[in-house]
Amino acid sequence: MIGGLFIYNHKGEVLISRVYRDDIGRNAVDAFRVNVIHARQQVRSPVTNIARTSFFHVKRSNIWLAAVTKQNVNAAMVFEFLYKMCDVMAAYFGKISEENIKNNFVLIYELLDEILDFGYPQNSETGALKTFITQQGIKGQHQTKEEQSQITSQVTGQIGWRREGIKYRRNELFLDVLESVNLLMSPQGQVLSAHVSGRVVMKSYLSGMPECKFGMNDKIVIDKQGKGGTTDDPGKSGKQSIAIDDCTFHQCVRLSKFDSERSISFIPPDGEYELMRYRTTKDIILPFRVIPLVREVGRTKLEVKVVIKSNFKPSLLAQKIEVRIPTPLNTSGVQVICMKGKAKYKASENAIVWKIKRMAGMKESQISAEIELLPTNDKKKWARPPISMNFEVPFAPSGLKVRYLKVFESKLNYSDHDVIKWVRYIGRSGIYETRC
Amino acid sequence: MTDSKYFTTTKKGEIFELKAELNSDKKEKKKEAVKKVIASMTVGKDVSALFPDVVNCMQTDNLELKKLVYLYLMNYAKSQPDMAIMAVNTFVKDCEDPNPLIRALAVRTMGCIRVDKITEYLCEPLRKCLKDEDPYVRKTAAVCVAKLHDINAQLVEDQGFLDTLKDLISDSNPMVVANAVAALSEIAESHPNSNLLDLNPQTINKLLTALNECTEWGQIFILDCLANYMPRDDRESQSICERVTPRLSHANSAVVLSAVKVLMKFMEMLPKDLDYYGTLLKKLAPPLVTLLSAEPELQYVALRNINLIVQKRPEILKHEMKVFFVKYNDPIYVKLEKLDIMIRLASQANIAQVLAELKEYATEVDVDFVRKAVRAIGRCAIKVEQSAERCVSTLLDLIQTKVNYVVQEAIVVIKDIFRKYPNKYESVIATLCENLDSLDEPEARAAMIWIVGEYAERIDNADELLESFLEGFHDESTQVQLQLLTAIVKLFLKKPTETQELVQQVLSLATQDSDNPDLRDRGYIYWRLLSTDPVAAKEVVLAEKPLISEETDLIEPTLLEELICHIGTLASVYHKPPSAFVEGSRGVQHKRIPARAGSGESAESSDVGQSGPSEAPPAVIPSQGDLLGDLLNLDLAPPTATVPSVQPSMQMGAMDLLGGGLDSLMGDDSDTLGGDIGGSPSMGAGLGAAPAAMPASLGAAPAVGGGLGDLFDLGGGVGMPTGSYVAPKTVWLLAMKGKGLEISGTFARRGGIIQMDLTLTNKAMSVMTDFAIQFNRNSFGLAPAGPLQVLTPLSPNQTIDVSLPLSTSGPVMKMEPLNNLQVAVKNNIDVFYFSCQYPLSLLFVEDGKMDRQVFLATWKDIPNENEAHFQIKDIHLNSDVASNKLQGSNIFTIAKRTVEGQDMLYQSVKLTNGIWVLAEMRIQTGNPNYTLSIRCRAPEVCQFVYLCYELVLKN
Repeated sequence: MIGGLFIYNHKGEVLISRVYRDDIGRNAVDAFRVNVIHARQQVRSPVTNIARTSFFHVKRSNIWLAAVTKQNVNAAMVFEFLYKMCDVMAAYFGKISEENIKNNFVLIYELLDEILDFGYPQNSETGALKTFITQQGIKGQHQTKEEQSQITSQVTGQIGWRREGIKYRRNELFLDVLESVNLLMSPQGQVLSAHVSGRVVMKSYLSGMPECKFGMNDKIVIDKQGKGGTTDDPGKSGKQSIAIDDCTFHQCVRLSKFDSERSISFIPPDGEYELMRYRTTKDIILPFRVIPLVREVGRTKLEVKVVIKSNFKPSLLAQKIEVRIPTPLNTSGVQVICMKGKAKYKASENAIVWKIKRMAGMKESQISAEIELLPTNDKKKWARPPISMNFEVPFAPSGLKVRYLKVFESKLNYSDHDVIKWVRYIGRSGIYETRC
Repeated sequence: MTDSKYFTTTKKGEIFELKAELNSDKKEKKKEAVKKVIASMTVGKDVSALFPDVVNCMQTDNLELKKLVYLYLMNYAKSQPDMAIMAVNTFVKDCEDPNPLIRALAVRTMGCIRVDKITEYLCEPLRKCLKDEDPYVRKTAAVCVAKLHDINAQLVEDQGFLDTLKDLISDSNPMVVANAVAALSEIAESHPNSNLLDLNPQTINKLLTALNECTEWGQIFILDCLANYMPRDDRESQSICERVTPRLSHANSAVVLSAVKVLMKFMEMLPKDLDYYGTLLKKLAPPLVTLLSAEPELQYVALRNINLIVQKRPEILKHEMKVFFVKYNDPIYVKLEKLDIMIRLASQANIAQVLAELKEYATEVDVDFVRKAVRAIGRCAIKVEQSAERCVSTLLDLIQTKVNYVVQEAIVVIKDIFRKYPNKYESVIATLCENLDSLDEPEARAAMIWIVGEYAERIDNADELLESFLEGFHDESTQVQLQLLTAIVKLFLKKPTETQELVQQVLSLATQDSDNPDLRDRGYIYWRLLSTDPVAAKEVVLAEKPLISEETDLIEPTLLEELICHIGTLASVYHKPPSAFVEGSRGVQHKRIPARAGSGESAESSDVGQSGPSEAPPAVIPSQGDLLGDLLNLDLAPPTATVPSVQPSMQMGAMDLLGGGLDSLMGDDSDTLGGDIGGSPSMGAGLGAAPAAMPASLGAAPAVGGGLGDLFDLGGGVGMPTGSYVAPKTVWLLAMKGKGLEISGTFARRGGIIQMDLTLTNKAMSVMTDFAIQFNRNSFGLAPAGPLQVLTPLSPNQTIDVSLPLSTSGPVMKMEPLNNLQVAVKNNIDVFYFSCQYPLSLLFVEDGKMDRQVFLATWKDIPNENEAHFQIKDIHLNSDVASNKLQGSNIFTIAKRTVEGQDMLYQSVKLTNGIWVLAEMRIQTGNPNYTLSIRCRAPEVCQFVYLCYELVLKN
């Protein structure tokens, strides 16, 4: 199990050091600093073995979090824990920065004591932790016996993520379907790989212990239901349901029920959380198509022409569009002409950045640039990194639709109809690249 | 609140100031001071001097302050054990506190204080907390048992905490169950042979129920524990799989990976023709792919595991090639791993795509990545025959870029391609020769020289090319020197007339001017070959080379099986068994995949990952390949009819022939005697490099190799008997207890006779006479075979040495420990009792060499549970010396085989009472730790046999 946990600033100074196991000595702190943080070479692996001690690290801005062990621990668990630790800290004091960590070091020690026992991760749901680890340490003394046992039963209980007795005047919930669409396209316009990784993020403000059921246009479910119904038009039903390659759920979702009936039922945590993640690879709507044309004119000049085409309903608007066209390292000057938006050559980033605020569907736009090169005797060819794109569109590129989210709370007197529900779809670019 | 100020104090006299503040009356000031102390502690300052002052702050109502003081205590208690006692009362009091949070805090902290005196006081509160009404306290107490066990294992056993912990598996609260499972698993790991985690269908059922209800972390503990269970039959296996599969949709990647581990392992038991088996296979792919959208660090862990899974069951991900395409922004460690998996998944169906990708990667920035990409192109050529031509032309394009490291890498892989497809692509040699000057890495130079030597007859200026290398002969690395020597000899054999001078030059350079024994020996061998019988020389040096196999970097099947059992853990990330990086007894236990039941067996063997020399049946006992396979619990592929299957024996033969001097010749980075560049070591760049494909030298004269192999056959008693080891005498009876009689002694086995060597010393003032000796009943019926021969009276300060022959026909009674012997010695003064322990090797009889066939059958026959694993550390002997030594103590080596630089010795021992003990000892070159697996029908002797091994090998 985890033998110790250290937090360093970018210089390698220790900000937090908590040792859980006897086999980890103080020198482990220095070993990591010397061998990883101060190493000359860039990090080649997130797991480092130094003198039979294994170090796992993650970096958040310029803060290093390192877990240490001498045993054959579950490596995936250690990383999941480190991420979770970051989430918990962020939930308590915001951004993970040196300043914030120093300001909250007592709190962090308290958290570390609670969520790791002898190196075994314990309940790390912020909802539960915040009920008893507070900045006002005295609170513990003024709790009634009921309150205390409520805390402990929540921390250890089956529904560790929600406490009882929550009350709202207005029962409301917000569903965001957030997708990032990833693409790798060849210069000839062939899709090398494309997938959507999506998240359903829910903000719930519901009273009591509501039982929720979430439904979407999952192909398996629709096909099952549609068996007796009208499936005569395959084209239509194909559009209305999507094939989900795989999905994962927040721990509140009853996985065995999903496995057997493919229904998503759960008691939600209070406030914001991520209900599910999913991935699709079939029938993805690629919101933009990038058509590059690069021509080398002699040894000192490049001509670049890039066309982008928007490929969705004309009534919808894409936003925050940015196209990034890499330029060689020996670029001396760039001249750009674009029909729409603004384009600039950024020497420090070795790229032409073309920004368009808004663009409707089924439109196209073009940029052309002349790149002057300094003559070099560098034998190595320019690697031609891919052209990448960023954007935001108000629909889900996977085609996912929320069909329903039903809320049942038998003990309190509000019904599914009384809950105000909001659904929103946002599609963003993930790694959206076209090789040139 | 800005606590960051505490980090900046570096004044002189700080400690003194803090002391004053700690003793202040004002609560706030006290708290501030403790915070400062903790901050100093964090940055590494020694604040242990403040111990009493900090501990004084412990008695407080303020929970925050209390936690800080506890934190301090955990850090410094060990350095101030006496002072730490001051804290005990508070702990004990807190364990009775009405607030469950405080009770748990106290028991949690107490377990972290590793001071014996405190530990004593911990027992009572812990016992109460384990039965506390509040689940929060119980779950904390469960972990505390593991803490206590780490400090004092005996105490935990004596106090019966283990039973209480086992009871907690049936607790109503899922988190208590999860923590109890975690604690028990950890404790069980340090007692490899104990039956602590008594997993039976009932407990499994409880665990599976808790699995649905506990936290994500708890699910991991439970799944990891489940993975150690051996289902009784395929039906149980299937029902567990069915209940575990829902976990594949969990958001936590570690839960997913642990579930994958359980499924991969239990799947092995399912008959392959079962529908469910196919369903399960299909269910595994999506979650594995999803792992690749996690954060990069987790992707890395996932990819390392996928690498194993793909080797074990290539069918799972064979359609998912695209997801392993490298993204421009992936961290380098993710890129390199993806590349590895791409090559593994490459097949005729997807090769075009893969090649296009690889070509793209070869133009990237990172040098390591580019090299690997180039190498990958070569591997594709070897793996997918249809693509070879395209690969070669891609490589030629890359050579044209003139980027130095790309060119070198390309030449190394082209050499391998030549080995796979001889006489097919030699047209490219001209292009390669153009780049001769730019090669500066030994591997690339050696590869180029090999090509020139191999195809000398087609290269007009081969002699000039080779001659140019000869100028700086002594500055070259050994690899290049050896290669150059061989290449020139080849050239000479092909074009004898023009190159006589050249060959003489290189032979004299190699034999007379070199300090390197490998080089010198090879030089002499060539010299003699050439001078005695040029025809034979031609046959040996220019012998036809066997083709290299497709997959050269597969992990050895036994290791792969073990690593599959460790999916998700560090072992699977390092691709090494835990024993390679974990200290102590933890993790030494080898995990194994359960065997498939019934019909699936034969069908199964074909999908274990075909080919590769490591798969070939061990040639030590060629006819028994299959049997030995079973013995190792592998599913072996049917013996492939290709030449590589004979390889191990030839390699051994060669080693024996050269008496070890040329061992390194066979090593992984040099090439083989016969002069072709050693198969494809260059390709086995991955961690688990398989043995180099072929030592071709002896391929020309296999009879010689085989004969020599037999001559040096390990078992035959050729090894010099070194005699059994006799431990130095130890004192058994102190003069104080023996009224002046001191007895020290030891045991020995000489020529089949067991003897007890005693030294009697009279430290009393009076003369001693009338000695007699008697044994209590013991485990193996040891009894004196004659009277104790002390003829003359023993006068004061006199010492006498006696040897007492022993027989094994006495009355038998099982002793604890097994090798305990209670002895009574009588003299004219009194009767004295003492007990001593004999090494089990005393009972190893001379005719303990088992027949091979019998060995194999017996090994199979003994149930798996009877197998015990040990590690013998710090032995710097090679396998032959070791087996000679062991033979001196009647531990007989029956067979030996070498896989991947790892020697496996199979040994047998027979005890005086007819019990057979079978052992497998693994010796890895360069690793001083041997792994020993012992099987015996009476498993209780294993431990003692291991001790004998250790004793013999260390002395």
